[in-house]
Amino acid sequence: MTTLDILFGSVGLIAAASAVLAVTTHQLVHAALWLVVTLGTLAGCYLILGAELVALVQLLVYVGAIVVLVLFALMLTRAPMGSSPEHSSSGIQRIAGAVIGASTTGLLAAVLLPALGGEVLAARAGDTTAIATQLFGSWVWPFELLSLLLLIALIAAFAVSRMPTTSPTSPTSPLPAETEST
Amino acid sequence: MIHLWLPLALVCILAGAGAYGVIARRNAVLVLIGVELILNSANLLFVTMGSVRGDTLHTGHVLTLFLITIAAAEIGVALAVVLALFRKRGHIDLSEPGT
Repeated sequence: MTTLDILFGSVGLIAAASAVLAVTTHQLVHAALWLVVTLGTLAGCYLILGAELVALVQLLVYVGAIVVLVLFALMLTRAPMGSSPEHSSSGIQRIAGAVIGASTTGLLAAVLLPALGGEVLAARAGDTTAIATQLFGSWVWPFELLSLLLLIALIAAFAVSRMPTTSPTSPTSPLPAETEST
Repeated sequence: MIHLWLPLALVCILAGAGAYGVIARRNAVLVLIGVELILNSANLLFVTMGSVRGDTLHTGHVLTLFLITIAAAEIGVALAVVLALFRKRGHIDLSEPGT
């Protein structure tokens, strides 16, 4: 065990534990906050693996933007603040989810660990300059296409949020059809 | 030096937790959190392989940056759909049938 092994092990343990907590906690806001812990510790993992640029982009985009969007969505859909176990499906579906999650883990481990688990990753300094050169050199057209994708996603989100609903009901009175029939 | 089974084990655990979250949750936003976990496990695999097999194009790291951008676009559209669903139905419980 080297120093980086111990470092990655401790950070990765926090990431794995918070990921499991994010999908099992009964409080909606806590799930989003455990997701923050997972993404932040994953940025630390990238840093240990020698990918400084990816770690910083992860912090900026994921922790800074995506989690804020998730929290806004939780607020706008009137998420209850307290413990609300009805947001997890009950009984047999949870068991099926646990079985499928465990089998996903087992399948990936059975494929990845024997194939690559014995190798050793030599620690090296991050080469941000080389990555930037490649990103704006060889990868420049996919990069520009991604900006187009972001524009399309922006317009699509705008169009979906302005889409007229067929039955415009307010959330506080969810039964307008019956009041009309009476 | 990092033994490679550590990041690979983390990849497996994150993917499994995300799959559990997608299946076992009823709230649409919590399902999206599971999807984010699966995407992040793919990101970690990209970064690990990019650090091990250092090619001249730096494919692993660059594709991780692209995947993070695609995830941002995905979550924007998905949350717009969730909000439209909330306006139409008054709740975002995915286990109940649509009207």
